[in-house]
Amino acid sequence: MSAEPTPLLEVEDLITRYPVPRGVAGVIARHPRLTVHAVEGVSFTVGRGELVALVGESGCGKTTTAQSVIRMVDNEAGSIRFRGRELTGLSARALRPLRREIQMIYQDPYESLDPRFSVRDTIEEPLLIHGVGGSNDEREAKVREALERAGLTPAELFIDRYPHELSGGQRQRVAIASSLVLDPKLLVADEPVSMLDVSVRAGILGLLDRLRQEGMGILMITHDLSTASHFADRICVMYLGRIVEDGPAKEVVRNPQHPYTKALISVVPKRDPREQTEPQVLQGETPNPVFIPSGCRFHPRCPVARDECLSVDPELRRAKAAESPEHRAACVLV
Amino acid sequence: MTDRRPVIAVEDMHVWFDLADGAELHAVQGVTFELRPGERMGLVGESGCGKTTTILAMMGLLPSSASVSGRVILDGEDIMERGESSVAPHRWCDISMVFQGAMNAFNPVKRIGDQIVEPMEMHGTASGSSARAQVRDLLELVGISGDRASRYPHEFSGGMRQRAAIALALACQPKVLLADEPTTALDVMVQAQILDLLVRLTRDLGLSMILVTHDLPVVAQVCDRAAVMYAGEIVEMGQMSDIYHEPRHPYTRMLFAATPDLLGDDEVQSIAGVPPRLDRDLIGCPFAPRCDSTFAPCTVDHPRSLQVETGHTAMCHLNDRLVVGAAGA
Repeated sequence: MSAEPTPLLEVEDLITRYPVPRGVAGVIARHPRLTVHAVEGVSFTVGRGELVALVGESGCGKTTTAQSVIRMVDNEAGSIRFRGRELTGLSARALRPLRREIQMIYQDPYESLDPRFSVRDTIEEPLLIHGVGGSNDEREAKVREALERAGLTPAELFIDRYPHELSGGQRQRVAIASSLVLDPKLLVADEPVSMLDVSVRAGILGLLDRLRQEGMGILMITHDLSTASHFADRICVMYLGRIVEDGPAKEVVRNPQHPYTKALISVVPKRDPREQTEPQVLQGETPNPVFIPSGCRFHPRCPVARDECLSVDPELRRAKAAESPEHRAACVLV
Repeated sequence: MTDRRPVIAVEDMHVWFDLADGAELHAVQGVTFELRPGERMGLVGESGCGKTTTILAMMGLLPSSASVSGRVILDGEDIMERGESSVAPHRWCDISMVFQGAMNAFNPVKRIGDQIVEPMEMHGTASGSSARAQVRDLLELVGISGDRASRYPHEFSGGMRQRAAIALALACQPKVLLADEPTTALDVMVQAQILDLLVRLTRDLGLSMILVTHDLPVVAQVCDRAAVMYAGEIVEMGQMSDIYHEPRHPYTRMLFAATPDLLGDDEVQSIAGVPPRLDRDLIGCPFAPRCDSTFAPCTVDHPRSLQVETGHTAMCHLNDRLVVGAAGA
């Protein structure tokens, strides 16, 4: 699709489902087996030096997509290729060297750091687990380098501290440093700033932006469209396990095509009290991903649904009213 | 009803917490504001700035490790004067609260309706069948079908539990609603529904509301007025659009600059440094170490809160010069 030889990450027709536990009573009573259709045919790519944001409400499948990419959950179908190599079906042993190259940043730096580990221990641990980094001195040098890359300079000031001595932003930088120490090619960041104070969010996002400029591919999971529009190259909007719209970040936000994206963007509060637009509030909440509506999965909540939407499941296609050829939406009306 | 008189006024409120090592943490340092009938005011700031402590103090709900001074005037009466005995009759009846995470605080083994009846019976505003009828009305008011009063919390979605938490806060028909981060854990579409509901309730019931949040755009959308808190003080307060378009405290300006705007093109900038520790005395302006506009007096003198325009106050030395200049002209 893109002109580059092979993108860093190519996800194609990814399907990931979870069985709903029935419990002993459910099995005896022969309740039907139910499945959560978390991800239902998702395709996207992340290139080198590109930040792609997966945006959507809870239950849309964005986190499951990310977990499939890092192989924390097994997908049912579809392919995930990293630097051209298929990841699905690889054994844990075969995956291990690849895990160094794909690293994850979690949402909550208050939970993700071990309180009994000093900053040094936290950042050194991945090196020990993967058996890389050479001698003690070499490892120490790598830890310091990772700290400084993550913006905790000078490293001496932080290296012997414990998480409780650090602010939220500093903790998240330590978490990022412990990913960077393995020199990954792809970062998967799940809501990396949502637990942090507004005043420090920009710093963490700026750090991700710098890593992106150095050639890192970043897949960011977020529910915050404002953040995505500022920091992502491309946005993929997800609804009930599907990407319903994707394209260049600014274009998706300024000229949304899918009725769901339009509604979502209309309800994002603006900073300027005079600029508030009439929000187009959708009633109800995202339906249960166990029972996906027929046809277009958005039709029960869609303000412009027609008869055909009950039966036609639209594919992503180039939106006629869009400027960029890469701006696509899955709606019969675009 | 005269619209001029404030429904509630907080005057010079201080809160200290006793720390384990004998030290004291001065969490709220002389907060003063008033709220008029039907008015929606945002109380914004970073975590630890004292915004939640302020409203908990107004409800008389701080733990015993806290000492409070100042006045909370409700209908001409200082409800803090005699501590618990003077605040208890007003709590939930005149002034009520949607707690942070309230949607997850329902008792899982009691029906939603029964949990809303509880405060009515406790405060004697209604009981028996009339209380049940009121619960139905309340649920309808917040957008839940009255039939669902007999359901259990787990049968409600997150958005509906939050609506039920709002219904619970309205059970005894208060005049003032304090909402602590009422949409923080919710999705943007559900957030929009809840904000919509809060605006409608204040408009239709003449309810006054304080919305505590760290999210400036939410305040910009919902509130008429905002008070920005930093290190236990209100550093700027005024009409929301004045605060956004003509901030008179660098912290307010920098907080807006740190908030990405959906359609904005400006670079998002973080505020370096961290808020000061409140367990020791502060010299000069508490924001000075993080401020981009400091000058001589900032590290020496604590700035006063000055009125910079009608209904717009700010606590910054930059305004000393302006106000002095204006007086001399």
